[in-house]
Amino acid sequence: MSHIGPHLLGIEGMSRSQIDFALDTAKEFVEVSQRNVKKVPTLRGKTVINMFLEDSTRTRSSFELAAKRLSADTINLTAKGSSINKGETLLDTAITLQSMAPDVVVIRHAAVGAPHFLAKHLKSTAVINAGDGLHEHPTQALLDALTIRQRLGRLTNLKIVLVGDILRARVARSNFFLHKAYGNEIRIVAPPTLARQEFKALGVKVFYDMPSALEGADVVMSLRMKHEYLKDFFVPNLEEYSRRYLITENLLAKYAPDSILLAPGPFVRGIEVASDVIDGPRSCYTQQVRNGVAVRMAMLFLLGVGKSKENAIQEKLSGADNEEGTKS
Amino acid sequence: MKTCERSFVISGARVLDPQQGLDELRDVLVSGEKIEAVDVPGAFKDTVDVDFIDASGLILSPGLVDLHVHLREPGFEWKETISSGMEAAAAGGFTEICCMPSTEPVNDRAEITKFINEQSQVGVGARVRPVGAITQGMKGEIISPMIELKEEGCVAFCDDANSVADALVMRKALEYSLMLDTVLAVHEEDHNLARNSMMNESVTSVKLGLVGMPEAAENVMIARDIELARLTGASVHFCHVSTARGVTLIKRAKEDGVPVTAEVAPHHFTLDDSMLESYDTMLKMKMPLRSEENKAALLEGLKEGVIDCIASDHAPHEMDSKRCEFENAAFGIIGLQTTLPLTLAKVKEGKLSLNRAIEALSVNPRKCFKLAPVSIAAGQVADMTLIDLTGSFTLSDESNKSKSKNSPFWGLDFQGKAVSTFVAGKRVFEANN
Repeated sequence: MSHIGPHLLGIEGMSRSQIDFALDTAKEFVEVSQRNVKKVPTLRGKTVINMFLEDSTRTRSSFELAAKRLSADTINLTAKGSSINKGETLLDTAITLQSMAPDVVVIRHAAVGAPHFLAKHLKSTAVINAGDGLHEHPTQALLDALTIRQRLGRLTNLKIVLVGDILRARVARSNFFLHKAYGNEIRIVAPPTLARQEFKALGVKVFYDMPSALEGADVVMSLRMKHEYLKDFFVPNLEEYSRRYLITENLLAKYAPDSILLAPGPFVRGIEVASDVIDGPRSCYTQQVRNGVAVRMAMLFLLGVGKSKENAIQEKLSGADNEEGTKS
Repeated sequence: MKTCERSFVISGARVLDPQQGLDELRDVLVSGEKIEAVDVPGAFKDTVDVDFIDASGLILSPGLVDLHVHLREPGFEWKETISSGMEAAAAGGFTEICCMPSTEPVNDRAEITKFINEQSQVGVGARVRPVGAITQGMKGEIISPMIELKEEGCVAFCDDANSVADALVMRKALEYSLMLDTVLAVHEEDHNLARNSMMNESVTSVKLGLVGMPEAAENVMIARDIELARLTGASVHFCHVSTARGVTLIKRAKEDGVPVTAEVAPHHFTLDDSMLESYDTMLKMKMPLRSEENKAALLEGLKEGVIDCIASDHAPHEMDSKRCEFENAAFGIIGLQTTLPLTLAKVKEGKLSLNRAIEALSVNPRKCFKLAPVSIAAGQVADMTLIDLTGSFTLSDESNKSKSKNSPFWGLDFQGKAVSTFVAGKRVFEANN
């Protein structure tokens, strides 16, 4: 049974069949975005509130676009100028939202567990986590997975390497949980201040040097070095970091010739990833952005359309589930 | 305190007083503020003009002491007042509590101590023993006027969660304390290592993406202050020790004859950090809940006597400061009424002897802070706690005496509780059933 919901708070706890189901649904929506008229009436009359209490451009616009392509009414709330900046508590925000009776609330929040808190206090509203602190960013991991599935034709038997600021990347954690569900090998590579030993307990292999980390990799993910936090001194400076951890075509050709490159972005050319990789055939970066809209449409659809309909659609899609299964 | 109260006999209780090696059925005659006589059951049955309190099936212990309580007054009276704290303490079986200086203003001068003492005269419940700040304003810079604080009644000194970061200031404070026959109590946290931390650094913190406090943040400070106690010869008491390494370091220091003592909070030997996956803000405290292994080591340390005593770290907060995002939630939980039940739960599990539990709750804390010993013997002040090992207890709106409700144990059922608390011969608490 691949029921999803009532909320999407994280990848942790999702089963493989649930993830498959989410990706199969997203696959259908990839097609919608390729049409001339990129809009379906699926969520007409439904209200989606995008609550981004932390700076975000790409995730926020991706969710907004997804909701609009599903014909939902959307409202964007940001911390700037809202009552949250005036000292309103998250509990009061939840109560206020509740009285607006939205069908879905998409939340990005600097505090870990904020979406979980909201989910606990909102009745009959689905909550989608668009990033909570350093914890999870489930739709990003799903769009990464969809991209991998499209490019490599499978989501199993993979060696995944995450390079960069693993410590402070929520997408890293979501990807760990996702690839654990598929039994994939997960490696992280970064300076030891960022690729901390504790990650081993999550079933991750920890490396400090690129060649051994990249050896035989199928997927390389570049995680942004959060240099705005550099005053924390996890690395002395970005130039020093790039001497050892810059992802170059030379490195990939030598150690992971068949690999693809994913970058959740924004990335810094020449520091995190060399231009020859970003602009080369391994790069999945634009495909990821496209898939992002499709994955978010799928999640808004699955969580926003309401219970009774969802079951019907699930049945419809379970056929597609099998089809995909035989292909891979 | 009223005089001319009728004398009374607590009859048929199992009197457990580890200092005297006493564990027998005894009748205790209380007259005025003092214990007049202790004798075999029935010895006072013909005494006239006395009341009898039937205590058969119950344990009578020297009054329990809690060395680590936040009473929030002055400054944060909506969280707790001195009198509400005294009442909660008595309901938890405590006859004496030591209140931390982290009030507003900080208890770093005689007038604040005096205020606390005056307020405690108004309340009914446990005796209040103020703890003064080690440094002025708990800022870690200039030593507090310890002489005047001590003269006004401060029993120990502590900078609470601020920890004295500067080792030279700490050395001076320890040296200064030598003339006062007192003790410096220390919350051991290296604030650089612990920066922004919300919980224990562990698999769970990595998974949740919450900044963790490594055990080392506590251990390095314990190690430092052991060396400073060794250097100065002054007494150091370690508050709410939460790590196995901490226990080991303290054990070695004691073997070396360094004058150190230590306490553990009941939540640290009851809960562990894996429970934080629920984002339950009631599990957010400092020191943080540590791993299962640390939990076991703390119990072992308590059993062996490396950890001298149990203290609640009672930290009341209004619900609003807990009903929010984990990262914004206040640190700490209330504990005055759950400390004894949680300790007795370990006795029931066979992890701690009853004798050791009573020692850790009544005899040893007095030794740690150099308070006057209290014993169940003729001529002694009548500070006693009557305990029912099987009586059921639930922390609820009905039973809770604190002004705050922030407890992860709220609503849970316990077996074992205080049924009566006597301070200076006066019953200051009596359980409803």
